[in-house]
Amino acid sequence: MTSTPPAIELRGISKAFGPVQANKDISISVQPGTIHGIVGENGAGKSTLMSILYGFYKADKGEIYINGQLTPIPDSQAAIRAGIGMVHQHFKLVENFTVVENVILGAEDGAMLQPSISKARKLLTDLAAEYGLEVNPDARIEDLSVGHQQRVEILKQLYRQADILILDEPTGVLTPAEADQLFRILERLKEEGKTIILITHKLREIMEVTDTVSVMRRGQMTATVKTSDTSPAELAELMVGRKVLLRVDKAPAKPGKTVLEVDNLRVRHHGVDKLKGISFQIRAGEILGIAGVAGNGQSELLEVLGGMIPAQGGTVRMNGDAIDLTGAKSDGQSRRARGIAHVPEDRQSEGLIMPYEAWENMAFGYHHDPAYQANRFLMNNAAIKADTAEKMEQYDVRPRNPRLPARNFSGGNQQKIVVAREMERNPDLLLVGQPTRGVDIGAIEFIHRQIIALRDQGKAILLVSVELDEIMGLSDRIAVMFDGQIMGERLPDQTDENELGLMMAGMTKGAA
Amino acid sequence: MDFLTILQILDSTVRLATPLLLACLAGLFSERSGIFDIGLEGKMLAAAFASAAIAFVTGSAWAGLAAGIGASMILALLHGVASITFRGNQLISGVAINFLAAGLSVVIAQTAFRQGGRTPALTGDARFTEITLPFADAVADVPVIGPIYANLISGHSILVYVALLIVPLTWWVLFRTRFGLRLRAVGENPAAVDTAGISVVGLRYAAVLICGVLCGIAGAYLATSLSAGFVKDMSAGRGFIALAALIFSKWRPWYALMACLLFGLLDAVGNRYQNIQLGDFVIPVQFMQALPYILTVIILAGFVGRAIPPRAGGEPYVKER
Repeated sequence: MTSTPPAIELRGISKAFGPVQANKDISISVQPGTIHGIVGENGAGKSTLMSILYGFYKADKGEIYINGQLTPIPDSQAAIRAGIGMVHQHFKLVENFTVVENVILGAEDGAMLQPSISKARKLLTDLAAEYGLEVNPDARIEDLSVGHQQRVEILKQLYRQADILILDEPTGVLTPAEADQLFRILERLKEEGKTIILITHKLREIMEVTDTVSVMRRGQMTATVKTSDTSPAELAELMVGRKVLLRVDKAPAKPGKTVLEVDNLRVRHHGVDKLKGISFQIRAGEILGIAGVAGNGQSELLEVLGGMIPAQGGTVRMNGDAIDLTGAKSDGQSRRARGIAHVPEDRQSEGLIMPYEAWENMAFGYHHDPAYQANRFLMNNAAIKADTAEKMEQYDVRPRNPRLPARNFSGGNQQKIVVAREMERNPDLLLVGQPTRGVDIGAIEFIHRQIIALRDQGKAILLVSVELDEIMGLSDRIAVMFDGQIMGERLPDQTDENELGLMMAGMTKGAA
Repeated sequence: MDFLTILQILDSTVRLATPLLLACLAGLFSERSGIFDIGLEGKMLAAAFASAAIAFVTGSAWAGLAAGIGASMILALLHGVASITFRGNQLISGVAINFLAAGLSVVIAQTAFRQGGRTPALTGDARFTEITLPFADAVADVPVIGPIYANLISGHSILVYVALLIVPLTWWVLFRTRFGLRLRAVGENPAAVDTAGISVVGLRYAAVLICGVLCGIAGAYLATSLSAGFVKDMSAGRGFIALAALIFSKWRPWYALMACLLFGLLDAVGNRYQNIQLGDFVIPVQFMQALPYILTVIILAGFVGRAIPPRAGGEPYVKER
């Protein structure tokens, strides 16, 4: 035995949900003052394991030791008492409360608020100085950026004197710069002796900040290694159970005729100028990647081209003919008729209707397809289901059940349903937004290969992503958007992340 | 319109606004915790019946008040069990409570008193009578201030003063206490409350029961103070007007007071003036009496500003991973 007991030790944790064994005999030990990564595909059981540690679920079997002491954790309060704090993937903040109100919620000192608020305000100032967690205590959560909201979550845990911090997919919602900031904060916390568990499926983050890393697959812990002794390729293989290509191989593009011409496009949405006159072209057989920090007009660009919002000016030509940007002929239906397919950024609210079954989702937007009609009045549901089953096979959607509601598929499989629906329509132009957000590593590889394959069939593709790796890996040309404008275009092999990062921050090479 | 007439209208405004205000604050507690309650009407009606019946039997208005609160809390608990414990649809549960109260009150009244579904008229101590504040008679002759104090401020039932005191009390509880912070949080984001280690279910039951107490007072006021006994459907849609006032007030106690006074004023004006003559044009009495309801429809249709309800309102809380 070493002199200091591990901060956390789990022994033989098992948990089943009905017939599904979410965690199977998991043992892990984390040394104090370290950052321990847990990686695994969606559904591998990472979140379940952490929920057990945080008292959200009770394990069927197994023991939890905190600092060497056997500590039963029947509920979240026990976890808080044991010094465990959790930063959830979806923040648990009250949006119209101030920062300080959120911080004290559940950890008030007495029946009256005022003393707690004064104390918390002072403590927040101290914590801000100590860990670089600056945030205005009196700001409302809804007015804060996502990165600052996450700081509030961390501050909440520190206010409760948590020594062990669990972060569940913390960078899923952050920009690259915000993620870097978060990692600096985590380093500081580590230096102060806090123990951190980082759950993620982004291997780069694991390599960057963790000291040790555990890999989970199908409810089991398959390996625990020192980060310095492993590589992304090895971790990916451990996660998926087979070799994974982290970067898609693709042949050089063979661009053909111009498919999409956008000229001086302007969009005003919710009273804000989102697109301030942007122009670009995409030719057949090439992928134009749009890089940028979320919220710089990329979403509106996809929405206006996809027929979801009207434009205030400019022209868009599809195969040489102008398309309507306002009025009745500017809806999604008309866009599809012109050969534009759209994989929207937010599959759960724009791409799918979550309670509807897969086959119903597969028909959306293409429900006028003659092949789907039984006669003038009724749809041929059997035909849609058969078509869905075929596409599920082709795109390896699991489980292959057309009758399953969309929400019961994992993120990656939901995305595959959307991608299958849009790509199999053989569009001339495919709009793709954040194709792999919240998608696990095996599905990412698959979707990337499908996008390349579509390009090689001579289609034009507009790819919007906040993941620079994705933009760099897939695009034939890269345009960077900042504040509703295109800062410039680059070729992926003639630029690097530094240059693109500067452009994303609004600086051009000349000015920098 | 002379000064005394205005005072009289304002006086009845206060009296008519009181049940609205109590019901509105009741709804405020419930909805701030994320439980929509369209059963305010039913709870008031049940409380009105129970208080009238018990007040008649015992001869004590206070016993009637206790019975009214009890009856209302039973229905509140029912709403809680249906919508918190069993995560049922809150609107349907509320509608059911309204029907239940409307039917049961008349049936029981008929069985017990055989007076056509009403309770016998209450007299003496079975009613909350008007109390005269100190010096009301002494200052009555002082110009302007005298009549205002003697007629408008003094001379209401104790329940009117209770209702008015509950406004600052509600504000204080909501915005100055730990309970209030948690209550507001659970109506906005129950997951935040849950992960902070606080019971969502416990908080929501507390809110629903407070709602029951306030509706109980409102109902007792209707039967033992504003009138003298229970008659069929005597709540007359006040529960729904209170809901409109709640939306109008954007779920804030002081605005709730203002909104309820506005509705009370419309009611008072409608009661006082039969036909209003504007030159050759006569506004019929029916229109004046319909005014509170018309305003309700306009508010509920969302014409008055943008009211953002508590974000988790109407949604049963299910723990997620």
